[in-house]
Amino acid sequence: MKKIRVKMADLNVGKEDDILITSGLGSCVGIALYDPRTKVGGLAHIMLPKAPNNRKNNNPAKYADTAIRLLLDELERARASKRRLVAKIAGGAQMFKFDNANSQMQIGARNAEAVKEILKKEKIKLLAEDVGKDYGRTMEFHLKDNKVLIKTVKGEDQVL
Amino acid sequence: MDNEKQTEVKELSALQLDALKEVANIGAGNAATAFSQILEQKIDMSVPEVSILPLNEVPEILGGPDTLIAGILVKVVGDASGKILFALEEESADRLTNMLLDERLALESENKTEKIENSTLEEMGNILTNSYLNALSQMTDFSLLPSVPALAFDMAGAILEVAFLQVGHIGDYALVVETEFWNGDESIEGHFFFIPTPESLNKILAQLGVN
Repeated sequence: MKKIRVKMADLNVGKEDDILITSGLGSCVGIALYDPRTKVGGLAHIMLPKAPNNRKNNNPAKYADTAIRLLLDELERARASKRRLVAKIAGGAQMFKFDNANSQMQIGARNAEAVKEILKKEKIKLLAEDVGKDYGRTMEFHLKDNKVLIKTVKGEDQVL
Repeated sequence: MDNEKQTEVKELSALQLDALKEVANIGAGNAATAFSQILEQKIDMSVPEVSILPLNEVPEILGGPDTLIAGILVKVVGDASGKILFALEEESADRLTNMLLDERLALESENKTEKIENSTLEEMGNILTNSYLNALSQMTDFSLLPSVPALAFDMAGAILEVAFLQVGHIGDYALVVETEFWNGDESIEGHFFFIPTPESLNKILAQLGVN
């Protein structure tokens, strides 16, 4: 068993009894994709909905659209089959309350929305989600049984 | 929004960093003075350290992305927009509120105490960030207006990523200003993060004469 850390704007793939962990998701969204047959799974920690097309040297793992594409490639390379993949997502919170909250501050909701749209387009079934609200989350993705443990500083752990 | 005039913080020269450090120094000095006046006792302050770190390593300064911290975020609008985050680890946040509040509060209901502590922290964040902004404003001749501060107690990673997000963009590197305050032998480690938009960073550097 390996514990594999996924930092912000990063992604990673594991298999069998590995545990993929990403800590401190605020407005960011963690995306766990899993192939139940081969027990291969991947986790991405995205920060923004869409990659800008006019910026060079971008880190693809930072944006929902490019990160999911990259994660799908890496999963297929690790012998997962795209048509068997299922998804669980968490994060997309609004951490700070400002009086006149503008769209910038609601980036969490936009991130979650973008991720769901892409999953739908890719025909990947979303099995469970824990998104929104106003607190940070840590995701522990157990590849032996596709359980995703959500930890927060506000309450009890949750299992997706 | 994208043009060649944007400066990513990782491209800053030593001279430019020194200029930003000078602003931080004066700003933190102002903050320590304001602090001393409120507490009616001498508050010392360390010389701020200015560094540039890859964004995903910034939570490590605060004990890792899972660590519980207090973050006070102020948005800045005006001639150079951006954000200022004042972050304290749990222990430092407790010490700060204890220093500022009377013991009597312990007798109040828990919920009320929490509310008062929160507004105390918000107010401290307000004073510290305003002191910093005043220094920046004087040195650049820019008009800079802070928003009402917002406070969150949560995971360092979650708070930091939100603070560093700009409209549709987030850099890969962060400009970090760290200052420590202490009162006698009680130290409060406060971390300041000055987060200008890339456009603002350029304007500020130009105004400081180091572009």
